[in-house]
Amino acid sequence: MRRLRVLAPMLLTAMILLGLALVPPIAGLSGENYTIDVFTRIMIFAIAALSLDIILGYGGMVSFGHAAYLGIGAYAVGILAFYHIDNGFLQFAAAILASAAAAAFIGFVSLRTSGVYFIMITLAFAQMIYLLSISLSTFGGSNGLNIDVHSKFLGLLDLGNPTTLYYLVFGVLLLFLFLGHRLVNSRFGMVIRGAKSNPRRMATIGFPLLRYQLAAFIIAGVMCGVAGALLANQELFVAPAIMHWTRSGEIMMMVILGGMGTLIGPVLGAIVFLLLEDVLSGVTEHWQAVMGLFLVLAVLFARGGMLGFLYRLRGGRSGA
Amino acid sequence: MPEPLLQVTGLVKRFSGLTATDNVSLGIEEGELHAVIGPNGAGKTTFIAQIMGELPPDQGAIRFAGEDVTRLPPHLRSARGIARSFQISSIFPDMSACDNVALAVQAHAGHSFRFWRDARTDPLLRAPARAILDSVGLGERADMPAAALSHGEKRLLEIALALATRPRLLLLDEPTAGMGPEDAAQMVRFLSELKGKMTLLLTEHDMDAVFALADRITVLVYGRVVAGGTADEIRASAEVRRAYLGEDDRA
Repeated sequence: MRRLRVLAPMLLTAMILLGLALVPPIAGLSGENYTIDVFTRIMIFAIAALSLDIILGYGGMVSFGHAAYLGIGAYAVGILAFYHIDNGFLQFAAAILASAAAAAFIGFVSLRTSGVYFIMITLAFAQMIYLLSISLSTFGGSNGLNIDVHSKFLGLLDLGNPTTLYYLVFGVLLLFLFLGHRLVNSRFGMVIRGAKSNPRRMATIGFPLLRYQLAAFIIAGVMCGVAGALLANQELFVAPAIMHWTRSGEIMMMVILGGMGTLIGPVLGAIVFLLLEDVLSGVTEHWQAVMGLFLVLAVLFARGGMLGFLYRLRGGRSGA
Repeated sequence: MPEPLLQVTGLVKRFSGLTATDNVSLGIEEGELHAVIGPNGAGKTTFIAQIMGELPPDQGAIRFAGEDVTRLPPHLRSARGIARSFQISSIFPDMSACDNVALAVQAHAGHSFRFWRDARTDPLLRAPARAILDSVGLGERADMPAAALSHGEKRLLEIALALATRPRLLLLDEPTAGMGPEDAAQMVRFLSELKGKMTLLLTEHDMDAVFALADRITVLVYGRVVAGGTADEIRASAEVRRAYLGEDDRA
């Protein structure tokens, strides 16, 4: 049983990643890029969901404003490109620094609260950033900002090529999964898990929790900022809508749907959520109602997300 | 005479009209086992929470090892050698017993901004954690999820968490709470082994346990100290009988 609990997530992770690695060659057979584009977008949101899960699933911090960092990362690329700075290293560094700074400030204030207040205050900060982006008329305001060129990496990578962009995103996802795996099992990871499990006890055994929670909050913000910078490169466009609170809700749904407190869960959640959205929106314009129903069923009948559901089917137990 | 390890002076804590701690002064010598007894609602748990730093007192001072710690948060008091256990077991139910204790060891093994190495295979954390689990008799249960332990085992894990911080002063809030006579007797045996190795302050309902263990006893009623002295003095005190032992022993 114990071995199953350890092996099943690894096997599932390997299958999902192998599947993702094979998308371009298989999609390439038909000679069109649509499938590659869809899965590039899926992986970008998988990165965003993974970053949220580190604070939500492992750390118990219910941040309801995570799309803000997606927007900050995307605007960092867009605004630099607007001023003809198209060096990708600079753009991604700006995305990382800007999302780290925003997460540091938002986390520093929000982590003084907990429970519902924490949810509301992170939502409020994200709305402020959303409204700020609307007011930036130089950068298109609510109409958004077109990006003329992809990030340039000294001629090493041509992100205009869908397959190249795909594998860059895939590589970043792999990297973050690996770093996330190290992080959640490290001493640092144990502290944020403990803070979720029993914060009062953590304080009385001697942990100053705030600094560790804030560090986790910043790490998650930075990972999501990188996802935003990748999204800007895929869409060559960035608009305030990317930061709308419903977007934060969608990222959270991906985490819950896939399985909180696991690393591959959010990836699975992003795949299922965005594929469903893609399929359902082709069938009916009321697709959101169908999606809503699906999510309600998923929450009711698959505690622990799809991952938890899969383990129960195999007679195992859900767990980290 | 040198200052006691813990010196509480004029401590007051009010909760909207109710005075839970009413001008309590108390000194505990290094190495002593001091019991605080009193009926339900006497303010014993509130008193412990103030010494740990979880509740700020409204008035008064707490000095530990010659230092004023009245305004220090719990993690800094923990660093100075104060630890507590909870009346209702406060553990990490989703982690194994060994993970629980290793986390408490980790809290006192430098900072935790270490992102790379797997904490669950780190001998610097696991070896001390297993030794402490062995010492409380939970060695066999190290890999069990804490949630799956029996009530008595959770009480022991609770104390193991506190011991893992290597305290000079251990605050025990009703260590035998909810235990059957057999488990309670085992707990009392264990506490008598701890006695002398560190300074202990415990609250307890079980009078037999208190008289068997305590060097000195303080009686708290409605937040106020009504008596204090050695176990024999307290047993003989008419006031204690009237206030607590005789009339109000509904616990």
